[in-house]
Amino acid sequence: MATLEIRDLRVSVGDGSDGAKEILRGVDLTVRSGETHAIMGPNGSGKSTLAYAIAGHPKYEITAGTVTLDGEDVLAMSVDERARAGLFLAMQYPVEVPGVSVSNFLRSAVTAVRGEAPKLRVFTKEMKAAMDALSIDPDFAQRSLNEGFSGGEKKRHEILQLEMLKPKIAVLDETDSGLDVDALKVVSEGINRFGAAGDTGVLLITHYTRILRYVRPEFVHVFAGGRIVEEGGPELAEVLENEGYEKYVKAGASS
Amino acid sequence: MGLETKPLSTLHERSSYDVADFPVPTGREEEWRFTPLRRLRDLHKGAEGLGKALVEVEAAPEVKVERVGRDDPRLGRAYVPGDRVSAQAYAAFTEATVLTVPKEAVASRPTVLRINGEDAGSAAYGHTTVIVEPFAQATVVLAHRGSATYADNVEFVVGDGAKLSVISLQDWEDDSVHLSHQHARLGRDASFTGFVVSLGGDLVRIAPSVAYDAPGGDAELYGVYFVDAGQHLEHRLLVDHAVPHCRSRVDYRGALQGQDAHAVWIGDVIIRAEGEGTDTYELNRNLVLTDGTRVDSVPNLEILTGEVVGAGHASASGRLDDEHLFYLQARGIPRDEARRMVVRGYLGQLVDRIEVDEVREKVRAAIEAELDR
Repeated sequence: MATLEIRDLRVSVGDGSDGAKEILRGVDLTVRSGETHAIMGPNGSGKSTLAYAIAGHPKYEITAGTVTLDGEDVLAMSVDERARAGLFLAMQYPVEVPGVSVSNFLRSAVTAVRGEAPKLRVFTKEMKAAMDALSIDPDFAQRSLNEGFSGGEKKRHEILQLEMLKPKIAVLDETDSGLDVDALKVVSEGINRFGAAGDTGVLLITHYTRILRYVRPEFVHVFAGGRIVEEGGPELAEVLENEGYEKYVKAGASS
Repeated sequence: MGLETKPLSTLHERSSYDVADFPVPTGREEEWRFTPLRRLRDLHKGAEGLGKALVEVEAAPEVKVERVGRDDPRLGRAYVPGDRVSAQAYAAFTEATVLTVPKEAVASRPTVLRINGEDAGSAAYGHTTVIVEPFAQATVVLAHRGSATYADNVEFVVGDGAKLSVISLQDWEDDSVHLSHQHARLGRDASFTGFVVSLGGDLVRIAPSVAYDAPGGDAELYGVYFVDAGQHLEHRLLVDHAVPHCRSRVDYRGALQGQDAHAVWIGDVIIRAEGEGTDTYELNRNLVLTDGTRVDSVPNLEILTGEVVGAGHASASGRLDDEHLFYLQARGIPRDEARRMVVRGYLGQLVDRIEVDEVREKVRAAIEAELDR
């Protein structure tokens, strides 16, 4: 049983000059393993910033607040330490890394996270099975990381990593964007598969309600103006589907 | 052998067998402006060839190996020196190596020339001519090591329909200086792959060039270099498309680390008026791993005909991409390992193309050793 606790998190992004801009303005959120949370909100509300701040991207500066995983101070950890502690961020735009093959990358990641190198044969079998479950062509194993992958292939590959690394808490940053319905189903099945195991807490960040037809969150949080402005159960997603974000955008702007 | 009068384009105006046709460079000349002349140990000022670089050949059984004197008529036919040091080397070598791959022969294994420098204290000059007769195929490795102050010219004559793959490995000791011209002349439908790997040496300046005698020639020029503190590694390429329907690809990649590590890459491609249907692309990339390094990367494309299939070039030099490192670290991979993976991957895309297993593994190991520094 793992718990990610975010308390009064404030984050700025700066270009190195004095004009740092505060994006997150006091976020409180608790995610436990076995739970699925959706964070929904309009563009520019700070959803992705929350994801990258949790993962430790150097571009974002934490100005106040705490993030802990089972009581451990996440903010004091390096990016790789966070991943090894059990945090995972499925990225919206996974970068292409030329010359680093998918299988080499996965094996290095699995080795780092599990603390020991899996036997090559066992690993290969495991990777094949995981790829198969996500309808990923086995040839991908030998291709350069994300290079020449379509949008859908990149997202499936993120979920593949998620399934192999088995994090305690997974943050999925707009994993649904840019996917056609078939790809969305495959990706959602993947999310549900590890969600159902009950060992992972899921924080699903999305702009659209579409993915919530396939992945049912227990908790829905509406994000606007860099903070959570409303919370509820799955029924809140339906309200958003019908009414949009308009009223939150105004509320967020005026607060 | 007099002055070669046919003017090359504005990129390479002069060529001659006579040292006197080239004034002593001052460092202001276009072709010398990146090279620290003070570190040339007078190779550009007629340094006497008192030193020695031992040449050992381990040849495929199909390949004929000869050591010949200066008067051998096969020498200097494919290549006319294009700068003073090259002309100096041509004027000063005493013995040359000639490799011949007979017509239609397919060499069953690589032929390795080991050039071993014994003393960097005095200059040594060399000459190598590789003749691949029509429809023959061979792989040749030029393995340079030891301590030397060495200037040489290498000629590759690739006959009609023949195939030659060459790997020139500069694995010198830190005190070595090496200046080399490696010229390939391609017959009809001939193909040539020239791989240059520069790792060791105080100053290394390799100038690979390609000329085509007839249509259908195909040249691929690859380079991998790793420049450490204080090293000057320079690669100057020239591809001269003077006949129609030939192809060339250039891909050179390097990494630099440490104070005053200096990489120079000059990529000249000429497509003459006669070079219709040319297909060429050249690329240079430099990965800067630390502060204090310097990169000069200059692609030049001179096109004198509009009738080309493709002509392009690209040059990019920069630091390790933070987003690459973030992505790998976000999967639990420690930063140092992430850095290695990115560098290994970036150079590995070329290293993987080295066809000779032994050389490929050696280069891989050398890159690992560089990353351990």
